Amino acid sequence: MQLTEKHNQYWHKNLVITAVLLAVWFLVTFVEAWYARELNGITFFGFPLGFYMSAQGSLAIYVLIIGVYAVYMKKLDKEYGVDEGDLE
Amino acid sequence: MSQVVTQSHAGFKRQLKKYYSIYAGGFIGFVLLLALAEQLGMSRQWIGYWFLFATVGLYAAIGVMSRTSDVSEYYVAGRRVPAFFNGMATGADWMSAASFIGMAGTLFLTGYDGLAWVMGWTGGYCLVALFLAPYLRKFGQFTIPDFLAERYGGNIVRTIGILSAITCSFVYVVAQIYGVGLITSRFTGLEFGVGVFVGLGGILVCSMLGGMKAVTWTQVAQYIILIIAYLTPVVWLGTKHTGIPIPQIAYGYTLQKVGDLEKKINADPKEQEVRKIFADRAAAGKVALSTPDQAYADGKAKVEKSLADAKAAKAPADQIATAEKAVAAYPKDVAAAKAAWTRETGLAARAAPPRPHAEAFVGKDEAARNTARLNFIGIVFCMMFGTAALPHILMRYYTTPSVQEARVSVFWSLFFIFLLYFTAPTLAVLAKYDMFTNLVGSSFASLPAWAAAWAKVDPGLLNITDINKDGIVQWAEVVIGGDLIVLATPEIAGLPYVVSGLVAAGGLAAALSTADGLLLTIANALSHDLYYKMIDPTASTTKRVTMSKVLLIVVAIVAAYVTSLKPGDILFLVGAAFSLAASAFFPPLVLGVFWKRANKWGAIVGMAVGLGICAYYMYTRYPFFGVNMPLWFGLSPVSAGMFGLPAGLLTIIVVSMLTSPPSKEVQELVEHVRYPHLRGDTVVSEAR
Repeated sequence: MQLTEKHNQYWHKNLVITAVLLAVWFLVTFVEAWYARELNGITFFGFPLGFYMSAQGSLAIYVLIIGVYAVYMKKLDKEYGVDEGDLE
Repeated sequence: MSQVVTQSHAGFKRQLKKYYSIYAGGFIGFVLLLALAEQLGMSRQWIGYWFLFATVGLYAAIGVMSRTSDVSEYYVAGRRVPAFFNGMATGADWMSAASFIGMAGTLFLTGYDGLAWVMGWTGGYCLVALFLAPYLRKFGQFTIPDFLAERYGGNIVRTIGILSAITCSFVYVVAQIYGVGLITSRFTGLEFGVGVFVGLGGILVCSMLGGMKAVTWTQVAQYIILIIAYLTPVVWLGTKHTGIPIPQIAYGYTLQKVGDLEKKINADPKEQEVRKIFADRAAAGKVALSTPDQAYADGKAKVEKSLADAKAAKAPADQIATAEKAVAAYPKDVAAAKAAWTRETGLAARAAPPRPHAEAFVGKDEAARNTARLNFIGIVFCMMFGTAALPHILMRYYTTPSVQEARVSVFWSLFFIFLLYFTAPTLAVLAKYDMFTNLVGSSFASLPAWAAAWAKVDPGLLNITDINKDGIVQWAEVVIGGDLIVLATPEIAGLPYVVSGLVAAGGLAAALSTADGLLLTIANALSHDLYYKMIDPTASTTKRVTMSKVLLIVVAIVAAYVTSLKPGDILFLVGAAFSLAASAFFPPLVLGVFWKRANKWGAIVGMAVGLGICAYYMYTRYPFFGVNMPLWFGLSPVSAGMFGLPAGLLTIIVVSMLTSPPSKEVQELVEHVRYPHLRGDTVVSEAR
């Protein structure tokens, strides 16, 4: 079928949110690990920050990233009329 | 969606919640009953048997209740697994014996640097959520090679897909069956082989009768057991040391204390004395190895002389006996002596002071530290992209009722995995603190009860020897095998034996659930992709399902046979499976959705190049194969995906651009998977 302008907008917005969340993922994974020694100089709740991030902080952010994506996309689906109806 | 479907889905979910709540309550009741029985004098072995047979019997019962011959039920659980439960099932599917038993131990031994595995095995789900799960669900077939074949067209792509899926799943399943045998034999006293057989029986009843449907509902049950089993002792130990029942948050101060104790141990003269003994022995071994014949003769003369001296001086009988023993124990020939000296030089590792737990990238100089950092990044990278490419995980997202449920399901998956993975670093620190305070400095005559017991049962996991003969335990005198940490935590925390049985049941659940998922993936790749799609497309649905069930048994037997050969380094094999999966699958899957221009030849050449480079690097660099070419940038062969994945990705892009774009139908398929629901869509991909 022929996609409409609206469909393209939906896909574009999907790409934007994917890119933004991926950037966050990259930051708390690779940038964090690269500077772990420097981050360990900072103390956070008794933890060296680099250790804390790799052991728990980044993990919690991963969970959040996926949660944000699921909620955002549900809204976007409805807004652009590509949702699957209510299954809940 | 029609009203009827909506209602039945909600009703189904309510029912599931009710059943699993009753089940979880029943399981806790069962554990409490056993605890009571233990107080009344039930033996440890019987507690082990009860846990083994009750849990395996339960999984088998779920399998029998979920038996099916319907294709959609068998391959994708009827596509009606709610997000929450699919999350639990994925959690159990994902967390293997290595995660459950090995992870905390690895962190205990390697400190910060071990966290690469923790990050890699969780962060990969971001990629699953953002790049794959919703699109694969919309595509809605049965297997991962299905998607590749449909998207790129042709049997070559499907064949590469089948080969890659089977290779990485098989390597992984061998590690799981090994874990099953180890746990059952340790906790029930059954033989390793018998343990494998009992566990395998449970797996087969379950997955053979009901395929994905049975595996899903069993995995949910297994997740509940494994998470209760993992958290109970840690929370107990944590409350003991931090005073707060959520040790995952409170252990920062314990970590600081561990740091202080490391410094104390480092400076302690007695510790330094032990480390010096090791350093001297290593150095002596090295000297002896340089002139082996001379050293052998000298050494022999020396022990013989001291025996003769003792006899001549009419020394006390025990002194003479000791000297006689030394003569008897002296190596028979130069070759045996060489082996002994080589072992002695290995003691150099024990001459090193304890590595600071929280310090990132330990190394002797800046260059070594930077290499450690690169390898950390390499492991994180390969484990993450491997996660997002392992067929047995991706397959799970075919089972949800809708695209949105698939997205939410990834959230629950990672949440349930997170519960265990953010506890493992906590356990490592708590166990270290406990050992630094209660084991180090205790006298050999009165070791803590758990240490005495484990050192006696399994010297491979815990070995304490009084090196400097002062009767006091120094940290340098303790050798710990990683698996000890999880297995011994209940005893370290002072919990009754029933909790140890619970931990074993949890480890078993972790190993069985992963093995289930993997075996099913392999059997499906053979029965669905190879047999039905390529050999006999006219096969009836009954025949396909029967075929899959038969193959399942064959694969399980082959896997058990390979396991019984006890193949070497399992952690390397698991890591290799991830690197291979990342290099072969990730680029074609993601480009298949996000880049319409990717075409058949791009995918074929790209997958071959990705796999090829990855396999080439492993083959030429991993010591096992004996080629040992110099490493690129010092990157270890486990992280070969660091080269394979980008190479595969680039190749797909370049080759696709050089060849003609894919057909209109394929482009429409891509559009079809990009939107959860397209009104007026003509592409019908979902298989029934």
